[in-house]
Amino acid sequence: MHPVIRTVFGRLGMGVVTLFVVSIIIFLSMEFLPGDFGQAILGQSALPETVAAFRRELGLDQPPIVRYFQWVSAVLQGDLGTSFSGRNASGVDRSREVIDLVLPRLRNTLFLASIAAMIAVPLSLVLGVSAALYRNTVYDRSINMATLTTISFPEFFVAYLLILFFASLYPFFPSLANVDSDTLFPERLYRAALPALTLTLVIVAHMMRMTRAAIINLLASPYIQMARLSGASSTEVILKHALPNAWAPIATVIAFNLAYLVVGVVVVEVVFVYPGIGQLMVDAVAMRDIPVVQGCALIFAATYILLNLIADIIGIITNPRLLHPR
Amino acid sequence: MNSKKLKNNQPLLEINDLKIEGFSDEFWHPIIKGIDLKLQRGEVLGLIGESGAGKSTLGLAAMGYTQPGCRITGGSISFDGKELIGMPEHNKRKLWGTRITYVAQSAAASFNPAHRLINQTTAAKIRAKISDEKSAKEDARELFKTLQLPEHNTIGERYPHQVSGGQLQRVMTAMAMSPRPDLIIFDEPTTALDVTTQVEVLAAMKDIVKEFNTAAIYITHDLAVVAQMADFIKVLRYGEEVEQAKTRVMLDAPEEEYTKSLWSVRSIQKEEEKSDDVVLSLRNIDASYGAGIKVLDNVSINVSRGKTLAVVGESGSGKSTAARVITGLLPQQNGEILFNNIELSKVLRDRSKDQKRQIQMIYQMADTAMNPRQTVGEIIGRPLEFYLSLKGDEKEKRIIELLELIELDETFIDRLPSELSGGQKQRICIARALAANPEIIICDEVTSALDQIVQEGILKLLMRLQREMGITYIFITHDISTVRAISDEVVVMFQGKVVEQGLKSEIFSPPHPEYTNLLLSSVPEMDPDWLTSLVARRDQN
Amino acid sequence: MTDKPSTYSATAEVAYKRIRRTRWQRIKLSLSKAPPTAWFGMIVIFLYIICAVFAPFLAPYGEAEVFPEPFAPWSSEFIFGTDQIGRDILSRMIYGARNTVSIAVATTALAFLIGGTLGLAAAINRSWLDQFLSRSVDVLMAIPSLIFALVLLSIFGSTITNLILIIAVLDSTRVFRLTRAVSLNVVVMDYVEAARLRGEGLGWIMRREILPNIMPPLIAEFGLRFCFVFLTIAALSFLGVGIQPPTADWGSMVRENASLIMFAQYDLKAGLTPLLPAGAIALLTVAVNFVVDWFLHKTSGLRDEQ
Repeated sequence: MHPVIRTVFGRLGMGVVTLFVVSIIIFLSMEFLPGDFGQAILGQSALPETVAAFRRELGLDQPPIVRYFQWVSAVLQGDLGTSFSGRNASGVDRSREVIDLVLPRLRNTLFLASIAAMIAVPLSLVLGVSAALYRNTVYDRSINMATLTTISFPEFFVAYLLILFFASLYPFFPSLANVDSDTLFPERLYRAALPALTLTLVIVAHMMRMTRAAIINLLASPYIQMARLSGASSTEVILKHALPNAWAPIATVIAFNLAYLVVGVVVVEVVFVYPGIGQLMVDAVAMRDIPVVQGCALIFAATYILLNLIADIIGIITNPRLLHPR
Repeated sequence: MNSKKLKNNQPLLEINDLKIEGFSDEFWHPIIKGIDLKLQRGEVLGLIGESGAGKSTLGLAAMGYTQPGCRITGGSISFDGKELIGMPEHNKRKLWGTRITYVAQSAAASFNPAHRLINQTTAAKIRAKISDEKSAKEDARELFKTLQLPEHNTIGERYPHQVSGGQLQRVMTAMAMSPRPDLIIFDEPTTALDVTTQVEVLAAMKDIVKEFNTAAIYITHDLAVVAQMADFIKVLRYGEEVEQAKTRVMLDAPEEEYTKSLWSVRSIQKEEEKSDDVVLSLRNIDASYGAGIKVLDNVSINVSRGKTLAVVGESGSGKSTAARVITGLLPQQNGEILFNNIELSKVLRDRSKDQKRQIQMIYQMADTAMNPRQTVGEIIGRPLEFYLSLKGDEKEKRIIELLELIELDETFIDRLPSELSGGQKQRICIARALAANPEIIICDEVTSALDQIVQEGILKLLMRLQREMGITYIFITHDISTVRAISDEVVVMFQGKVVEQGLKSEIFSPPHPEYTNLLLSSVPEMDPDWLTSLVARRDQN
Repeated sequence: MTDKPSTYSATAEVAYKRIRRTRWQRIKLSLSKAPPTAWFGMIVIFLYIICAVFAPFLAPYGEAEVFPEPFAPWSSEFIFGTDQIGRDILSRMIYGARNTVSIAVATTALAFLIGGTLGLAAAINRSWLDQFLSRSVDVLMAIPSLIFALVLLSIFGSTITNLILIIAVLDSTRVFRLTRAVSLNVVVMDYVEAARLRGEGLGWIMRREILPNIMPPLIAEFGLRFCFVFLTIAALSFLGVGIQPPTADWGSMVRENASLIMFAQYDLKAGLTPLLPAGAIALLTVAVNFVVDWFLHKTSGLRDEQ
């Protein structure tokens, strides 16, 4: 089998294994819940029998390994358990399936993240490559300063600054991004504009710096000097000589930052009260709603692993040593 | 070929009073301090000097190129009547790759890993529209054939990582030749190659330069090599010219002291001494890294006490691995090592402190052999503390004694390695080894990274120490002239096996096993006709 | 050839040498060539440290002292007004320097202790221990740290100790990777092998041979890690699961006063109030980043076209 295919399969295998180990970690976190946890969820007025029934329902009386496999098989069938909210001391169970809570939120988050990514990725690449080419000019130095400042800002600072200028002082956009399943696309875009803009600014700053560093590193290779000494113009050096070797580092940068996007989305959703999976997770954490927390964590982790896997694979299929073995 | 030649007697390249500075350590330092150079069409100039002399910088400047961190501060560079300093970059680029080409020291790093070799070879020619793609590629294949590359019709389809170092160097020469330039700059092109590969590459380069009547600047630090390639030789030192003369004149009658000292390096000639007192013995050693092929195959070597054993071979011969097995860094799979008739444990940890003390090692690169954060005093003092438990004044005294032994003085105690020259660094490493009062010192290519004069100094020092203190040396090297200079006995290794072992005089006189024959005959000699006669001899066989 | 008298002397060898300067001279030289951004950064960091150390003397009121009027506008009595319960915002911001910064420093130090030691050990071992640690770190890093922190905090509760421990362990993974990478470069050097051949113990090799030679990248990384930890703690506090009230902390102060921002059209100063603690966070991080950027530029030896 061609080494490239073999390596790719190897990576995919690693990704699956990682996901399983991560799921074990997320599952095991349940084990550390303090003993009176059942009481805490149901409230002080709950009767001991109700609490015991609750614990039995959760299967807390079974050995962990059994529970883990039950959980995993349920997850693989799309069942992430039931939320703890909606239960109360009287034992009435109005809890909802976690999956029903999560899916619409996931859709919203993906919408938001995609808009941000679609703007941020091309913009960062252009800025990063041009800054590397015109290194140490005024252009490069000012971009450097601006991005260094931006990456130092907490996301909520950027978010509130944008709110101050574009929703409060000069109300162009709403500060609360209320979307639901009925919102039409143009309206969605309008309401999600500020959160998307926040995310874009944060991601562009990081991605542009990393792209610039990767390109500068590449341009220091001896074969680039050799290309110049053979008479290639700057354009040709960049496009024909540097670019084919740049896919791997750039793909890594993009994947890394898209993964960063996954994290940044949480804070942004909270600031703008955007109904996404990030806000769901934060609310669940505040209420110790463990199944929801676990479900969201699993989804975040899977996305993260997937993105890094894609970057890895792009790095492999663009590596000439693997494409053309001895 | 003559149609392109002289319109008039104007030199092809003329450099006048060139001054270049480099930036480091927060300041600008002069690298080239006013050099003149004239090159006519078809002439080959050999540029030699020690490291730091400025040869590479001068070679690149001849193209009108300055590396990042360098700037030209004076003088003129004129190519075919046109001044290169101040010429806009896009005009210079028209010359580069077509009329002036460059062969870099490391072909492996200078080829783009993402492009096929033939595309890189013909790129400049096609871009400058000298020929179309088809004829350029055909011509390239012909050049590959002339340069004696294997499978010359298909090697171009390969990628750089699929081809060996020596072959890549020849492909780079083909790339430099393909546009039939007026001038080629060869920057240490064979330094990184084995001596047996070097011969073929040198022969190919010399032929092709003559055939197309190309002018060339050949930069190297190896005197014997430059003697083969150049019509006249210029010697550089610290950015200034020391001497320039026609090759034969310079070889026979150099004028300057410095030039003479470069030439007469091999003045050391140790009389061999025989001894039957074996201090270290390797018996039937097999070794490998991991589960791979054997790096050492049934190796048996006897080392005589107080004498110098040279272990000579090229890359892949296993000579460095033998050193690692002796010191215990690599446990052997079979066989045993006897030191003073006691078997040494194959695992370093199990050897006694005294056993470790008795066998010391000196490395090739003194830069990486010393901790850059420790002073000379700490570097030499540590073995004294560790092995001999010396402390305080006693230790200070001994450090000063050791410094005197290596011909340095006590002002060196507080210096850091970065404040020492190459030769001084290697001397400190020798002192560190001596501090342990060892029986055996393994010298792993200790002079290979040094300049010629410095090499001579180090070798003389080692010989003196042996005479005074009776130390046994295991001297690992690939350089035949060093072997001739300092050894009593010689072991020749090839691909993990011992080819022959014996007294120096036995090894160097015929009859030789085939590999020894190849090795000995490939060493360049200081005779300008050596290469041509060697090639003729080999073609006959 | 006869042995002619040699004009060569070892001590007289002149090759390119670095000019020896004392550490003080080197520091003075670098400072004199430092760009204005680095100066800005250093001054800001210094001011913050003063604020944190002398908080009780600088703050006009107590950290948790409540006054009758919540959300009071900026005045001479309360320079930045009061928050949602009626505490003086300026005082809480000054105390916040002490709380937030010290927790971030402690966390970073702990992360370095864990990650640095393990990274060194992995680089020296280069076989089973290295494999095991690297795989474990790969898995830990497969979960985004904010998410992981949220999960763990939801289970263990948001005490300050938990916060420090959880974030330190999560962040130590990055320190591990960096330490391991730079140590691997040093470990293959001949002088480490020479030490091993001598029979030096593991502790000696780590302390005397490797550690002094990996300091510059580690110092730079400390600065970067501090920024990351600082921002993460601020984000967690902003989300309500970090530092809990009544401890003054900039992240939670932003959340507590966030509603004021919509009043900007009517009272600009009120609208700016939630931005103050956020700005304080941003300013410190910017300052540290500027200084680290300059430090990296100097020590990486990158040659720029002049």
